Amino acid sequence: MELIAVKKLEAWFGVFQALKDINLSIQENEVVALIGPSGCGKSTFVRCLNRLHEEVPGARVAGEVWLDGRNIYAPGVDPVGVRRGVGMVFQKPNPFPGMSIYENVAVGLRLGGVSKRTVLDEKVEQALVRAALWGEVKEILKRPGTSLSGGQQQRLCIARALAVEPPVILMDEPTSALDPISTAKIEELIQELKTKVTVVIVTHNMQQAARVSDKTAFFLLGELVEYGATEEIFTRPAQEATERYITGRFG
Amino acid sequence: MTRHFDQELQDLKSLLLRMGGFVEKAIEQASLLVIRREPWRFKEIQQCEIQINLLNKQVDHLCFCLLAKKAPVAKDLRFILAVVKINADLERMGDQSVNIGYAGVDYIRRPMINVTQEMSDMAEKVRSMVKDCLDALVNGDEQLSRLILDRDEIVDQYKARLLDYLQDLMVHDRSLVESALDLIMIARNMERLADHATNIAEEVIFLTTGQDVRHPSLVDKGGSQ
Repeated sequence: MELIAVKKLEAWFGVFQALKDINLSIQENEVVALIGPSGCGKSTFVRCLNRLHEEVPGARVAGEVWLDGRNIYAPGVDPVGVRRGVGMVFQKPNPFPGMSIYENVAVGLRLGGVSKRTVLDEKVEQALVRAALWGEVKEILKRPGTSLSGGQQQRLCIARALAVEPPVILMDEPTSALDPISTAKIEELIQELKTKVTVVIVTHNMQQAARVSDKTAFFLLGELVEYGATEEIFTRPAQEATERYITGRFG
Repeated sequence: MTRHFDQELQDLKSLLLRMGGFVEKAIEQASLLVIRREPWRFKEIQQCEIQINLLNKQVDHLCFCLLAKKAPVAKDLRFILAVVKINADLERMGDQSVNIGYAGVDYIRRPMINVTQEMSDMAEKVRSMVKDCLDALVNGDEQLSRLILDRDEIVDQYKARLLDYLQDLMVHDRSLVESALDLIMIARNMERLADHATNIAEEVIFLTTGQDVRHPSLVDKGGSQ
C-alpha cells in the first residue's frame, strides 16, 4: 500500500532551486535509498518529507507530499505535528545532552502526552529492543545518552524515533560517522525495522544502498533521474547517468 | 573520468582473448588433423590446451579478486559474471578439441570413410562461429551475437545428417564400425564446440544489454528476461 506520494515537489534555497519536479511513490514497509553526488538534492528531498527544509532561512517548497493519505503541505497543517509523526535520524548521533538514556527515548512520548510511568517504561523498553540496544543499556538506563559509544548513540536516536511509533523513519547518512561494526548493526536493524515501518535513507555508500534497500532513487542536479527496484538499478540501470554514477565513471 | 578499475577489466578481457586465440588454434589443428589425416597436429592441440588451462585459472583468479575487492555493479558486474561463464566455456572448448584430436588419431589408423567434405564443412561452420563469438566479445557486438545463435541450428543439422549416414553405414558394413564411431565422436565434439560458441554469444548479449536470452522457451514460464 502506498504510504508516501510525492507530487511535483520543488524546493529552493533562496533563488537556488534544489529540487525540480520530483514525483515518487513509496510503499509501506519498504526501504528506499536515495543516492547521488553531493549537492544533488537527496538530503533536501528527505527534509521535505517532514517539513524540515522550510526551517532553513530563505528556503521554500512547492508541490505536494502525501503521507498516509494526508498532504503535509496543505494549508493549516502544523509542521511540528508532521515532524513528531515522522522519525528522523541524522548523520551524527545527537542524543539530547543532559538527558539519561531512558529520558532520551521517553521525551517524545512525554511530549505526546504519555505520563504514566508503567506505560513509559514499557514503550521505552520496546523502542530500545526494536533499536537492538536494550541488551546493552538495560542496566544503565539512568546514565547520560552521551556516555554511549557512537554506534550505540545512533541506535539510541533510532530508539527515540521509534518510541512514538511513526509510520516512516527518515535517515540522513546515518552510518557515515560510524565504524564498520556499528554500521553493520544499523544496516541489520534497518532490515528488522522494515517489517513495521517504512525507511527512507540517504547514503553516499553505494554498497549500503544495494545492501539495505528495496528501491533506489538516483538524484542528479536536483532531478530524480531514476527510481526503481534496487536489484534493477544495481544490475541493469535504465539511465546512462545512473550507470555512470554507480560504477564510479562520473566526472 | 578514467578509472583504474577500467584497466583491470581491460586486462581481464585481454587474458580471455588470449585464451580465445588458443581455443581457435586448437580447433583449427583438430579439424586439420581429421580432414588432412595429419596426426602430428595432436601435439599442437595439447600445447594449446595447456595454455588454455593456465589462462583458465588466471582468469578465474582475477574475477574472484575483482568481485571481492571492487564490489562491481551494473555493466561492470555483468561483464565479470559473463567472463566467469565464458572462461568455463573456453576451457571446455579446449577439452573438446583434445577429444577430437584423440578420436582423429584413432580414425586415421582405421579404414577411411568418405565424409571428408561434410566434416570439412561442419568444421568450417564451427570455426567461423567461434571466431565470430570472440569478435563479438571484443567489440561488444550484440547484433553479431544474435546471428551466431541462429547458426547453432545449422551445425546441429550437420551432426544429425552425419550421424544418420554413419549409423546406416555401420549396419551395412561392420568393418567400418570403429571408423564410424570415431567420426561420431568427432562430430559430437564439433557440435558441442558450436554449443559453447552459442553460450558465449548469449553471454555477450547479457553483458551488453543486461538481457538473459538463454532458454527462450522458459520466458513464458517465469524465466527472467
